[in-house]
Amino acid sequence: MDLDLTAQEVAFRDEAREWLAANVPADWAERRRRDEPMEERFAYLRRWQRRCFDAGWAGVHWPREYGGRGATLIERLIVIEEMARVGAPHLPGVIGLEMVGPTIIAFGTEAQKQRYLAKILSGEEIWCQGFSEPNSGSDLASLRADARLDGDHYVVNGQKVWTSYGWAADWCELLVRTDAGAASHKGLTCLLVDMKSPGVTVKPLRQMTGESEFAELFFENVRVPVENAVGQVNDGWRVALGTLMYERATLGAGMQVTFRRQYERLAEIARQTGKSGDAVLRQKLAQSRMEMEVMRLAQMRSVSRIVNGGVPGPEGSLQKILWSELNQRLQQTAMEVLGVYGQLAGGAEAVDGGQWAYAYLRARGNTIEAGTSEIQRNIIGHFVLGLPRSY
Amino acid sequence: MRFDLSDEQQLLRSAAREFLTKELPMAEARRLADSGDPHDRRLWRAMAEQGWTGLAIAEAHGGCGLGLVDLAVLMEEMGRALLGGPFFASPVFAGTMLEAAGAYEEAARVASGERVATVALVEEGGVWEPEKLGMTSGLAGRKLFVQEAAAADLLVVAARDAVVVVERGAAGVEMGEMPGMDTTRRLSWVKLAGPAGKVAARGAAAVAAIDRAIEVATAALCAEMTGGMQRVQDLAVQYAKTRKQFGQPIGKFQAVQHACADMWVMTECSRAAALYAAYALDRGTADARFAVSVAKAYASDAYRECGNRGIQVHGGMGFTWDNDTHYYYKRAKASEAALGDANYHRERIARLTLDERGEGNEPRA
Ligand SMILES: Cc1cc2nc3c(=O)[nH]c(=O)nc-3n(C[C@H](O)[C@H](O)[C@H](O)COP(=O)(O)OP(=O)(O)OC[C@H]3O[C@@H](n4cnc5c(N)ncnc54)[C@H](O)[C@@H]3O)c2cc1C
Repeated sequence: MDLDLTAQEVAFRDEAREWLAANVPADWAERRRRDEPMEERFAYLRRWQRRCFDAGWAGVHWPREYGGRGATLIERLIVIEEMARVGAPHLPGVIGLEMVGPTIIAFGTEAQKQRYLAKILSGEEIWCQGFSEPNSGSDLASLRADARLDGDHYVVNGQKVWTSYGWAADWCELLVRTDAGAASHKGLTCLLVDMKSPGVTVKPLRQMTGESEFAELFFENVRVPVENAVGQVNDGWRVALGTLMYERATLGAGMQVTFRRQYERLAEIARQTGKSGDAVLRQKLAQSRMEMEVMRLAQMRSVSRIVNGGVPGPEGSLQKILWSELNQRLQQTAMEVLGVYGQLAGGAEAVDGGQWAYAYLRARGNTIEAGTSEIQRNIIGHFVLGLPRSY
Repeated sequence: MRFDLSDEQQLLRSAAREFLTKELPMAEARRLADSGDPHDRRLWRAMAEQGWTGLAIAEAHGGCGLGLVDLAVLMEEMGRALLGGPFFASPVFAGTMLEAAGAYEEAARVASGERVATVALVEEGGVWEPEKLGMTSGLAGRKLFVQEAAAADLLVVAARDAVVVVERGAAGVEMGEMPGMDTTRRLSWVKLAGPAGKVAARGAAAVAAIDRAIEVATAALCAEMTGGMQRVQDLAVQYAKTRKQFGQPIGKFQAVQHACADMWVMTECSRAAALYAAYALDRGTADARFAVSVAKAYASDAYRECGNRGIQVHGGMGFTWDNDTHYYYKRAKASEAALGDANYHRERIARLTLDERGEGNEPRA
C-alpha cells in the first residue's frame, strides 16, 4: 500500500489549487443560496465552465488531441476533489463532459469528434441524455422510441422522460429502436439529435423539490441525418452501456468532499446550538462522518484497482450504493441537528438560506437516478456473486 | 497510488490461506471451539515456525519486522479460518504492548512463540480507556475479560501508571473463567493481590505503550473481522446457489439476493477501512486514531449484520449447531465488544471531529 501522491500529482494538485483560489467567483457562495431563475443560474454556470475551459480545467481526462489534458484517473479525481473542496460552482455541461464526450471519443467517427467535442468542453453546446421513457426505466432495453430510415435520414418518433438538463440542452444523446424485429437490446441505436430540429418539444417536468432540473422530450417525425448515429447501427445498447458506466464511475467522485464540507458545517451548527452535547446526535453525526470516510477509502481502493489493472468492474455499483444511501442518512441527521428549523425552505429564519431543506428532498432522487439501488444490488448479486438473474 | 496488497503481501495471503486450509479445516476449527481448550499447541508451533508469531515485531526484538498491513493480511485469513486461541492475545496485543513498553526480552520470547502472553486491561464496568483504569502498579484488584489467560505464561498488566509483566503462576495471581458465547477464545477474570512482577514502563511511557497496543490490536482485529465477514458471505452465497424452493435456487429471489449483495458491500467497505487503519498506524499519519475508530465502528456493526443476514439466508439450517455460521456469529459478537463497540468508537469519532475541530482527523491530501 502506498497512498502518497507522486511528485507529479502533487504538482498537478497545487496547480489546480492555485488556479481555483484565484478564479472561483467570489459571489458564488452567496449566490448559491439565493433564489434565482433557473435560466439565469444556468447562464452564470455556463460562464464558469467557459472560464475553466479557457484555463484548461474542463474535461482534464479527455485526450489532448480533443482538447483535454490526457489526465490520469487520479489527476482527474484530484481536480474534482479540489473543486469540491473550495465549493466551486459545478460545470453545467456535466453530461457532455462526463458521459456524451467520452462516448463520442470511444465510439464516434472522426467527423463527429471534430464537430462536437470542442463545444462540449467549452460549454458552448449543452447536452442531455435521452434514455429513459415513461414505460422503460430500469428495463431500459424495452424502450420504444423508434427511428425509421428515410433516404439519408432517420425519422424519429417517441417520448423520453426524466431528461436532466433537457430544458437547457442544445443536443441530445438519444437511444432509439432502429430494428423493431430484433430482440429488445439488439435493435437499438444511439443518435446525436439537434434539439432545435423541427418536431422536438421539451416540457419541463417539475420535481418534488419544486424546480425542474429534468424534462420530458417529445419527438414527432424528427429528421436526423444518418451520419449522426454513434457507433454501429443496432449496436446502441453497447454504446449506451458505455455511457452508463461513465456515469456511475464518476457521479460519486466529488461527493465525499461535498459531504465532508456539509459535515463540517453541521458540526459548527451543532456546537453553536449546544446540540453537539447531545449523546444521540453525537452518535448519528459520527456515524455519518464514519460512512463518508469509508466511502472515501472504498473509492480509493476502486481507483487503485482500475489504475493498476485497467477495467472498471463492479466499482460503479458499490460507489453508487454508498454515496446515495449515505446522503439520505446524512440529510436526515442534518434535519435532526437543525430541529424545527430544518423544514424551512427560505425566509429570514431559514438556516443557510434553506439549502438543508432542499438537500433533504433532493437526496430522495439519489437512489433512483443513474440506476436505482435495487438495480445496483441486482448487478452485484448477478455479476459479482454469480447468483441467478432474478428477473 | 496503490491501495492494494504488494506482490509480497499477496504471497503472504495465499501462503496463509493454503496453510490454514490444510492445518485448520472447518471441522478442526469446530472441534477446537467445542473442546473447551481452543489453544492447539501443535498448530501453535507450526504457526511460530512460519514466523507468524513474530510477524510485526521488529527484527531487533526477535520478530520478522514486517508491517501492520502484513499483519492485517494475515489476520484476515485467520478470521476467515476461525482461528481461535491466543494468537490475537499474545503476539498481536501483548507482543505489541511489551515491545512498546521496552520489555524486549519478553517481546522476543512472545515473538518466537516460546511463551504465550495476554493483556490484562479491562476492569469493573468494562471500559477501554487506559486513563480510566483504577489499578496502579501495586497490582491489587481484578481484571476482567482477559483473553486466553488459561493458555498464557505471562500476564501483561496494564495499570494506570505502569505496564507490569507477571508470571501467571506467581503468588498473588488467581483466575477463573468468564464463559462467553464465543468458545474459540476464552475469557477470564484475574485477581491480583500484589504479585511480584517486572515493571516494563512507568508513567507517560506506560500510557503510551498501552495506547499503542490498543490501537494496533484494534486495527488487527478489524482485519480479522473482515475475514469472518468474507466467510459468512461465502457460506450464504454458496447456499443461495444450491438450495431450491418453489423450483428455483433461493438466490434468484431478490430478497435473498439483495441480502447477499449487502454482505458483499459491507465486506468490501470493512476491508478498505481495516487496511487503511493498519496503514495509517504503520505510517504514523495524523489521522491514525480516527482511521482506527472508523474501521472498528464500521466492522463492529457490519460483522454482526453479515451474520444476521447469513443466518436468515440459510433458513432453519442457519439456526442449527450443524451450520458453521453461528461460530462466526458468536465471534462477531465477542469482537464487536472487544476494544470498544461501535458506540464507543463513534463517540471517539465525535470527539475528534465534532469537539476538537480538525485535530487528528485531516484525511491525507
Ligand atoms: C434526478 C433524476 C435525474 C434523472 N436523469 C435522467 C437523464 O438525464 N436521462 C435519462 O435517461 N434518465 C434520467 N433519469 C431516469 C432514471 O434513470 C430512472 O428514473 C431510473 O432508471 C428508474 O426508472 P423508472 O423511473 O422508470 O422506475 P422503474 O424502473 O419503474 O422502477 C420503479 C421501482 O421498481 C424497482 N424495480 C424495477 N425493476 C426492478 C428489478 N428488476 N428488480 C428490483 N426492483 C426493480 C425500482 O428499483 C424502483 O424502486 C433520472 C432520474 C432522476 C430521479
